[in-house]
Amino acid sequence: MSEQQPERDVMEYDVVVVGAGPAGLAAAMRLKQKNAELNVCVLEKASEVGAHNLAGAVIETGPLDTLLPDWRDNPPSICIDAVADEFWMLDKERARKLPTPPQQNNHGNVIISIANFMSWLAPQAEALGVEIYPGFSAADPVYDETGAVKGVRTPDMGLDRAGQRKDSFTPGIEIHAPVTIFAEGCRGNCTKQLIKRFELNKDCDPQTYGIGLKELWKVPAGRVKPGLIQHTIGWPLDNATYGGSFIYHLDHDRIAIGFVVGLDYADPRFQPFEAFQQLKHHPKIKPLLEGGEIVSAGARALVEGGWQSLPRVEMPGAVIVGDGAGTLNVPKIKGIHTAMQSGMLAAEHVIATGKADGFDARLRSSDVAKELRKVRNIRPGFNKGKWAGLANAVWETAVAGASPWTLHNHADWRATQRLDQVAGPPPDQAQDYRPRDLPPRDRLASVYFAQTEHDEDQPVHLQILEPDICTSRCTAEYGNPCTRFCPANVYEMVENASGEAELKINAANCVHCKTCDIKDPYQIINWVTPEGGAGPNYYNL
Amino acid sequence: MKVLVSIKRAIDYNVRIQIKPDGSGVVTDGVKHSINPFDEIALEQAIRWKESGDAEEVVAVTIGPEAAKEQLRSALAFGCDRAIHVVTDAPVQPLTAARLFKAIAEAEAPQIFLMGKQAIDDDANQTGQMTAALLDWAQATFASAVTLGNGSARVTREIDAGLETLEVDLPAVITVDLRLNEPRYLKLPDIMKAKKKTIDVRTLEELNVTPAPALEAVRTAPPPARQAGTMVESTDELVAKLKEKGLL
Repeated sequence: MSEQQPERDVMEYDVVVVGAGPAGLAAAMRLKQKNAELNVCVLEKASEVGAHNLAGAVIETGPLDTLLPDWRDNPPSICIDAVADEFWMLDKERARKLPTPPQQNNHGNVIISIANFMSWLAPQAEALGVEIYPGFSAADPVYDETGAVKGVRTPDMGLDRAGQRKDSFTPGIEIHAPVTIFAEGCRGNCTKQLIKRFELNKDCDPQTYGIGLKELWKVPAGRVKPGLIQHTIGWPLDNATYGGSFIYHLDHDRIAIGFVVGLDYADPRFQPFEAFQQLKHHPKIKPLLEGGEIVSAGARALVEGGWQSLPRVEMPGAVIVGDGAGTLNVPKIKGIHTAMQSGMLAAEHVIATGKADGFDARLRSSDVAKELRKVRNIRPGFNKGKWAGLANAVWETAVAGASPWTLHNHADWRATQRLDQVAGPPPDQAQDYRPRDLPPRDRLASVYFAQTEHDEDQPVHLQILEPDICTSRCTAEYGNPCTRFCPANVYEMVENASGEAELKINAANCVHCKTCDIKDPYQIINWVTPEGGAGPNYYNL
Repeated sequence: MKVLVSIKRAIDYNVRIQIKPDGSGVVTDGVKHSINPFDEIALEQAIRWKESGDAEEVVAVTIGPEAAKEQLRSALAFGCDRAIHVVTDAPVQPLTAARLFKAIAEAEAPQIFLMGKQAIDDDANQTGQMTAALLDWAQATFASAVTLGNGSARVTREIDAGLETLEVDLPAVITVDLRLNEPRYLKLPDIMKAKKKTIDVRTLEELNVTPAPALEAVRTAPPPARQAGTMVESTDELVAKLKEKGLL
């Protein structure tokens, strides 16, 4: 951009928290509970708290009981006691019930909607004096003269597509604090920069990820058994691909259905969105949904690396908590309790010491770490396929994680095979996909249910670092997998006016899942924050 | 000059509206609300007058539940000097709103009472006109441009035949249309400061207004679903289909 940096206002706080998800709000609330005098500011890129949060979600309530002992007196409007667990292995036609893995025993847990949960928690945080500012993202961390993090900068608003200032141009501001808590969730925009700058991952394995797609359905009366929790593995995934589905029965004839696939899948022709739609057409599942309607839909990447991929979570002036750090427990398929715990730990650390130093050791000696360490070998056990993974999971569960070895994680994008390496027909043929008739018709129809919104006249927030690669190497080597892994149809290969192939980016469709940033085989897609308030608007999802 | 601006808390324009299963209205629980977009345009105009020195004071007023304070905070962040909240949990129909606005306007005595031309939730387009009538003030609706004169205002209105310009004596009620301006982005420091300002709270009893619902909503229903299209193989088939449907 040719224009010089605008004059920026600076606001000072005692602690600034980036992200009003479970980790960020738990941190902010804990800070105020321990010291009501602290000025705590929380930035949230969504237009409202909860609108960008997506999860299953069955939660363990332990951290919530600590944070708000009386929460059950006034629970969130979606909060259903877990009644029964079922675990199914699917092939194309049938479903076989397997014993539920012990990690997935949900007795005592509750089914919530994380979007609904966050919007329930936010006013309680505000009542404690936490200042929450939805609609304002953190574009970049800012550093002091010693190189320590001194806060964040919010994005400039009112730039046109070419980056030029419109009449409405409003410069972002800097928010400074002695400690910044980054709670951006999986693959956070600032967190990514910080991990690189401070080499926070130099002593751990690469982080690994999955993509989760979810729909909330309202179905005809009589089908739903509130509190029933069903998980499936198997079809429509092949044996080599890690993933499965969840079907949570809510109240008022609502069903939350979702599908998670490890982003280490090998075949660049694979389409997570289509696989999810196929799953819904399985004879075991379709009768649940048929005749119903979609209320809300969305997608989000999740961290799967666990213990061995946990980066150093502190640096001068800042700490990282929650999924931004990677505290999700994969075998449990739960990350909300550990995210909240890590946020509360960060708060307690800041109260005790007034700084970031020492938080890494504190987290690593906490219950969160114990929990992650115990299950560390289960997810990477699936690198050798479904059956080896299940056998390994049985072993690891039997010895409670006491194996003397630790299996390693590898970067997901490296797992993608080139077109000349993949054998056999593409997944839709190999798995004999059915013609489908349940909504949504396609990804665009699905994006409608995400209610995503971006002003079209702003700089594209999906930056392609080397655009030539897309049309030259990528088309030949991988067949432009971005056009298939994106759940929102953001990427399209089109012909330009002179008849050449060109990558078209429909940035306004983006649901902020970050899959492209993770899975692109050349690592040339850089997801940055768009104008604040943009992105999906999830309700009860 | 003093300007009074009314704002309404309405479901955000990006929200996909859902009808309640019993047809008694739309789902509002847990749904994002914001300032009615036309009211935001009114706010922007008032703040521009303040910045140009034409207005000394801008006061925002809303009628609605406790949650509507959120929208008043936004109005304060825009740059309003004060905010008045008439608190009520009951649904407010245009005539009730107009009676309350009359009471507020008599107390505040602004030269201009700016409003959005209508709210996007009920599309009634009545409150501005009723308020002017009850106050016995001049009114100019659907303003796409407003120029201030000496004790008067020149208002350009977008009408079917083109643009019409009226001159009204002040005090007047002016309702604004989409093309009057483009509201600014709120600045974070302004939002932060707005959190600390006090909001003046009034009740219906204090203003001596009893809600008298004149309208009854009989049923709310979604528009009929669109029928799925069919793909045709050739232009001949297309022509045949069109003829079959009597469209050719």
